[in-house]
Order: sequence, then C-alpha cells, then structure tokens
Amino acid sequence: MQHEQTLIFEVSREGRTGYNLPTPTVPEVDLEKLLPQSMIRKEAAELPEVSELDVVRHYTALSTRNHGVDSGFYPLGSCTMKYNPKVNEDMARLPGFAHIHPLQPVETVQGALELMVDLQEQLAEITGMDEVTLQPAAGAHGEWTGLMLIKAFHERNGDQSRTKVLVPDSAHGTNPASAVVAGFETVTVKSDERGLVDLDDLKSKVGDDTAALMLTNPNTLGLFEADILEIAQVVHEAGGKLYYDGANSNAILGIARPGDMGFDVVHLNLHKTFTGPHGGGGPGSGPVGVKRDLMPFLPTPIATRTEEGFTLDYDRPHSIGRIKPFYGNFGINVRAYSYIKTMGAEGLTRVSREAVLNANYMFARLKDAFDVPYDTYCKHEFVLSGKRQKALGVRTLDIAKRLLDFGYHPPTIYFPLNVEECIMVEPTETESKETLDAFCDAMLQIAKEAEENPEIVQTAPHTTVVKRMDETLAARKPVLKYERPEPSSVNS
Amino acid sequence: MNRMEFRYLPMTEQDEKDMLQTIGVESIEGLLEDIPESLREKASLAAIGAPLPEVDLVRHMTKLAEKNIHTKSYPSFLGAGMYDHLSPSVMNHMLLRSEFYTAYTPYQPEISQGELQAMFEFQTMICELTGMDVANSSMYDGITALAEATYLASAHTKKKRVIVSGAVHPEAKDVIRTYADGPGLSVEYTDVTDGLTDVADLDLTDASCLVVQYPNFFGRVEDLATLAEKAHDVGALFVVSSNPLALGVLESPGALGADITVGDAQPFGIPQSFGGPSCGYFAVKKSLMRKIPGRLVGQTVDEEGKRGFVLTLQAREQHIRRDKATSNICSNQALNALAASITMSALGKHGIRDMAIRNIQTAHYMKEAMKSAGFSIVDEGPMFNEFVVDLQIDADQVSRDLLKHGMIGGLPLGTYEADRQTQMLICATELRTKEEIDRFVDVVGGMK
Repeated sequence: MQHEQTLIFEVSREGRTGYNLPTPTVPEVDLEKLLPQSMIRKEAAELPEVSELDVVRHYTALSTRNHGVDSGFYPLGSCTMKYNPKVNEDMARLPGFAHIHPLQPVETVQGALELMVDLQEQLAEITGMDEVTLQPAAGAHGEWTGLMLIKAFHERNGDQSRTKVLVPDSAHGTNPASAVVAGFETVTVKSDERGLVDLDDLKSKVGDDTAALMLTNPNTLGLFEADILEIAQVVHEAGGKLYYDGANSNAILGIARPGDMGFDVVHLNLHKTFTGPHGGGGPGSGPVGVKRDLMPFLPTPIATRTEEGFTLDYDRPHSIGRIKPFYGNFGINVRAYSYIKTMGAEGLTRVSREAVLNANYMFARLKDAFDVPYDTYCKHEFVLSGKRQKALGVRTLDIAKRLLDFGYHPPTIYFPLNVEECIMVEPTETESKETLDAFCDAMLQIAKEAEENPEIVQTAPHTTVVKRMDETLAARKPVLKYERPEPSSVNS
Repeated sequence: MNRMEFRYLPMTEQDEKDMLQTIGVESIEGLLEDIPESLREKASLAAIGAPLPEVDLVRHMTKLAEKNIHTKSYPSFLGAGMYDHLSPSVMNHMLLRSEFYTAYTPYQPEISQGELQAMFEFQTMICELTGMDVANSSMYDGITALAEATYLASAHTKKKRVIVSGAVHPEAKDVIRTYADGPGLSVEYTDVTDGLTDVADLDLTDASCLVVQYPNFFGRVEDLATLAEKAHDVGALFVVSSNPLALGVLESPGALGADITVGDAQPFGIPQSFGGPSCGYFAVKKSLMRKIPGRLVGQTVDEEGKRGFVLTLQAREQHIRRDKATSNICSNQALNALAASITMSALGKHGIRDMAIRNIQTAHYMKEAMKSAGFSIVDEGPMFNEFVVDLQIDADQVSRDLLKHGMIGGLPLGTYEADRQTQMLICATELRTKEEIDRFVDVVGGMK
C-alpha cells in the first residue's frame, strides 16, 4: 500500500511538542498526592508528538486534498452549497459571542439573548410561524424535535391512536428515520406522474391514526407541491399536523411561507439557506418554528424579551423538555443572523428568485442531453436522469466522477430514490452565469464522451489525488483507526 | 432597485435577460406560476428590515457582542459542562483553511481526502484517550451523544430500563428523559452518596445500561471498575460520559470496563460560544461497532493501491436504512472535531497529560485556599478541575456580587437543585492564575 499522504501519527517523533502550557503560577504538587494510584492511567494516550510547524504543514496538506465551496462550484442538490461570507466568521469570533459561558447570569449575556430573540422573530417572519426555538443542532435534530412536539400535542388531546407519520417516497432519508426515532410508524405516500404528492394516494392513507404528514416543498425533485393548500386541508381534516422539512427553503424566501401553506411545524437548516458553513459535515443548526397550538410544547428554555430585558423562559409546563444542553448551536446562529442582517428583506427575496432562475437556466441548457423525468419549470434545484448514458455503459456514478476532472463537486446522485440514475443539481444564487455555463459545458462534453469515448468517463477520475476507492474492502475489513506498527517493522 | 447592493449576488440585469431568453420565459414570475397566488401575496418579509453593508453590520454586531461579559476580560470559574481552556493560535488558523469549513460531508472521497483523513485521525485520538476500540467522527455534543448511547444500549440489550447516575449533568438528565419518550424507555436515577454514584439500594435487574459521568457533575472521579462490574453482573451495558481532557491523566473508561464512552471534546480549544456548537464523541467496544450511530471513516485503498479513506459501514445510517434506522443523526460536528484534533496534535502525548495535571493542581490550589478561608468543601475527594464549596450564603447572590469585582463565579447549584442554595460548583482550569484565585477567595471570604 502506497502512502502518499502521511498520517499525523506517522510524522510523530518522540520529544517534540506543538504547544507550551502557560507559566505555572500555582505550586506544583505531585500527582500521586492528588489522585490515588488506581485512578491514574497506566498507559499514556498515544497522541502524536509534533512541532507547531508539523501541525501547520499537516493540516495545510490535508486542506489541499479537500474541495469546498471556496475551491469551486459545488452544485450538491438539497444541500444549498452557497458562498459562506467571511464576515460571518469574524462575527462569530467576536469575544462577546465566542467566549461567553451558557450559565453566566442572564444580565451578563443580554447581547446574546437579544440576538437570539431577534433571530427567532426573523425566522418566524420568514416561515410564517408563531414561535421559533433555536435549540435543535441540525436538520435531522429539528425534524425529530418537531415530531416530538406533534406527538405531545396529540397526547395532550387524548389522541393516543395517532401513531403514523406519512412520508412521500421522494423524502430525505432523515424523514422516516426521525419519525421512527420519535416513536412513530411511517407510511409512504406515492408520487404521481407530475412528481408531486399523489392526492388520491394521500387521501387513501390519511385517517384517524395519522399524526402528521412530512413534506419538503419544493420537494426533492425541485418541484413545488402545487396542491399544497388541498394537501393541508386533507391532512388537517383528518386531524393530522403538517410538518415542513426546510432543507429546500432556499427556493421560497419572500415568495411563499410554509405557515401560509398550512404547515404547523417547520425546521430550517441554517447551514444551508442561511450560510452557516457546512463545516465538512457540521456543526449545523436546525431551528424549529410552530403555529400557536404547538407553542406550549416547545423545548425549554426559550430566549424571550421582557420589560426588564432579555431572559430565558423555562416556564412551559407542557414542554417536551430539553433536547440539547444549553441553547442550541449559538455560534452558527450568530452567522445566520449576520447573513440575514446583511441581505435584508429585499436581499433574501432576491436570493430565492435568482436561485430559481439559475436552476431553470441550467435545466434548459442540459435537458436535451440527458433524460428529464419531469419536464417542467423547477424551483431552486432540478433532477436529470442518466438513463440514456446508462444504456451506453456509463452510469451516473461515472458522470459524477468525470466531473471531478473538471474541478467540480458533482451534484447529488442516486437521490431521490424514485428517479432512475438520478442527478440532482442545485446551483444556488451565489454562482455567476459564467460558472453555470462552464459547468453545463462540462456536462454536455461528458454526455458526448459517453457516446464517443465512454471509457474516459467509466475510468474517471483521472486528475484527483486518489482514484476510485475500494469501498467494499473498507466495509468488509473495517480499519477505523490508526494502528501503530510493531517496533520490529519500524526498524525494518 | 440597485443590484449592486448585494455583493453575494452576481447576477446582472444582462445575465437575467439572457438566462430568461434561454429558458424561453418572460420573467422570473413565469417560473413561479405553480405557486398559488394567495401564498405569494402573503409572503412579505417586512420585519426583516433593510440590508446592511459590511461596516454597518460589524458595528451592529459589535454593539451586541459588547453587551455581553466574556471570559477574555473577566476570569471565569464556571464549568459544568462547558470550559474555559487555552486554544492554540494554530488551531484557529488551520480551522480557517476554507477547504475544510466550506465543504460538506465527504460524499466524494476523491476530492475529500483531507476531511476524511482528519476524521480518521480524530477517531484514532478518541480511541487512544478513552481506551475504546471504535470511535465515530463526532456527534452534536456530549449530552445528546449520551442520550443516543441509551438508545444503542436499549436496542442492543432489548431492554427498556435505563439507569442514570444521579451525579450526571442535570441537563443530561433532562435530555435523556426527552429522548426516552420516542422508543418508550423508562429512566431511573441512582442515589448520590458523598458526591458519588450509589447503586447499593438499586436493583439493576432488567436494566439496559448504567450511565455515569467521569469526572461526575460535582467534579468527583467515580470508581468506574466497581460500577462496571455491577452493570455487567445483570447484563447491562456500562455507559460512561467522560471529559476527554481529564483522560490525559485519569485511567481510561475502556480499561475500567466501559462498553460505550461518550463525551464532549469542547475542552480541546473549542470556544464556549454560549453553549454551542461543541463536539460530541461516541466510542464503543468492538462488539458494538456495527451499532454505533453517526458517520465512520475507514481506511482503504484506491484502484492503484494508494491508501485513502472513505465513509464506511453506511448500512447503519439513516439515508440507507430510512425507517429501519435506530438513529436519525445525519450531520455531525465535523469542523469542531477537526478543531479538537488540531489542539490534541499541538498538545501531543505529553502536553495533554501535563495540561490535565495542571488542571488538577490549579483546582487543588483553589480548593485548599477556600478551605483556608474557612469554607467547607462538599463531599471532598479525588477530583479533576471542579469541586463544590459551601458558601453558607446564597450562592446566586455571590455570583452576582463577584461580577462587580470583575469575575465570573462558579455555578450556583441552586440553579438545578433547590436544596443546594448555598453551594457553588467551582471550576479552575489551567487558565486561572494564582493571583485570580487569591482574589476570588479574598472577595468571597469578605462576603461571609
């Protein structure tokens, strides 16, 4: 096995350090006098021994082996990989935000609480809901929180029999998973030939055991659920609640609000729509907004405005309880707040309009070269199918890998599950027409290659630091941590 | 409308025209016709206000931030799950390499080797510290990780009775209780005697797990080996929530019988940030590897035999299992796991032990100083960097008075437990100096 990039453990040499502790000011006391021998670890944790420059070289080298939005276009569908403003990073690092402890007396954190209250109100306005909690750590955490609220609501009404959550077949995987973890059974609702919720199927499945319908709107195909008002009516008449998965909210800012559509609970992904960076997989933030009848059940505490200033409200006797220590991912919320203030009402509305225009433009440029399961105007994202290329021996996975050679992060692939060889593209509004054009040119070239020279696509990528990885080996013989070589093999 | 007011939006008027023409539609409105008119009319964002240029924004944000008292100007004695520790300069610099923070989950390993390798190294470091076999690439925070551990234990043992030490963080108790409602787990708490978990009066039969914190909420180091034995005697899993910095010097939970060890890597240079984001970790014995929640990075080779890393054992995860999943976690705290890894690398094998010892020494000095000033320590015994002192007067009032002297006091325990109104949980990390501690003792001594 070749090791092109060393692990930090392989750089380690005994006797080096990358940090010096502060000058001691309290007397040094022998450890043995402070802890009984039985409590002291026998074997040191084998962390690396490296100099500060070793640390810098190592992580700099790793960063060059990673593609972020700053590196290039990242049209990963349903993930909203928009530009992450630099000033937001600075704002989150202001000492008055970064270095405050969650249990300080409230009078010492008035600015933080004010920001939280402002953000709650802004998000309530954006979604058309009555109250917002900032506690959930991420989208999936928000989904689960929302479902727990719905559960508490039904239980409070003595409606114990509402055990089922309806989920469309195009839903994000977290939807059914969150429903099950919240203690529900899921029932799948079919999509119709338009790619939208099949109203007849919904009507046949909704009933007095329905707790809620979870819906993403626009859905994961990038299509607006045009029957949303009727869907809401059907679910509400059956006594169920309507849950809005906010993963695709980048399409609707200032255009349509979930609250007006009839949704009772909403979660937002602040790391998607509101630019809290994705961080390589987190931290995110997944605030949840609710209509009035669900407010009593929100997790405590909630930041509130009073006449004496800002405070934390714990007085919710019917609350589902805490879902996270302290008050959520405040640092991400600061970034989102900073973004909303920067854009203002007009900017946010333009965000969605331009995201929609960008997606439709790319769709128009690509739809002749690929199969299109739903040939209609999309919202902020759209899906193609690689069926035609598959017939030529080029799979969607190959197309994705070939895009790497052009310097792009590929779109989301093989999702949603109801589209064969699916390619799901979300350009976002922060990309220029030139970038969209260059990407479309690359896609068209790959489509042509699939016809004329499929091998170059099938064997892609050709330019990355590693080629396709053996994922079967990784799963069959899991190596999940670094094992130090035996001393003998070090010498050899 | 002035388009140039929005620096994050590159679309020019000409672009818009050209793009609409390519699509064959007259205006953006034409793309929105499937949205009912009644919805579009109501979607005002009036309350959001006008956009702010950068200078105005920074002014506004700075004003808000300056309304807060922070630990860079006031020495802090607050711990209780969120700690004021050193943060190497090199950490923040590396964290701002934007290839890391502007990326998402490494779904495309060929262009995500940096993130994947960093996670693999994080998993290794967590295994080293905890003495466990397998660690995932992070969770939201230590406390939700603990709640997820009760899920894993219950699914694994097929039992629904969760026993939680009375000496775990009160907010962990709350979160575990909320989480328990989904799968219908029952949660019971142990007694706390002399500041330590006491299971003497508890019949553990049918328990899925015994959950303890190490060091516990009151700062005390629990006797894990004995508790592990009690859990294992009845076939329950032993779950430990541990401050990973303390493990620089304390015997590892793995060596003492833990089946699952979770915790929060916030002490490794991650700012307190009003409580989040921090960085949960989740580590297990090998036998539980295929049940661990969250993302795992594994080593493998590419087509040419080059070492590389991928997300692996994904059959466990929500996007594959959907309604068969036992955890719905999707995103994690990758960036903070990276921060913790960088700090752990900078500190290194000896640095982490020295830092842990420095915490014990500093807290020990403070404890002795409080005793010399006539205060009694509640349930004194081996500790890490926290201890409970009885101030004999209302601790909440003391905390507010300390602010007038430019200090952030410890946690008034009455916040969580009504019968501890005069007690304060005090934390002294490596950042607290003798001078700051002496001043604290002076001021509080003067209030008696």
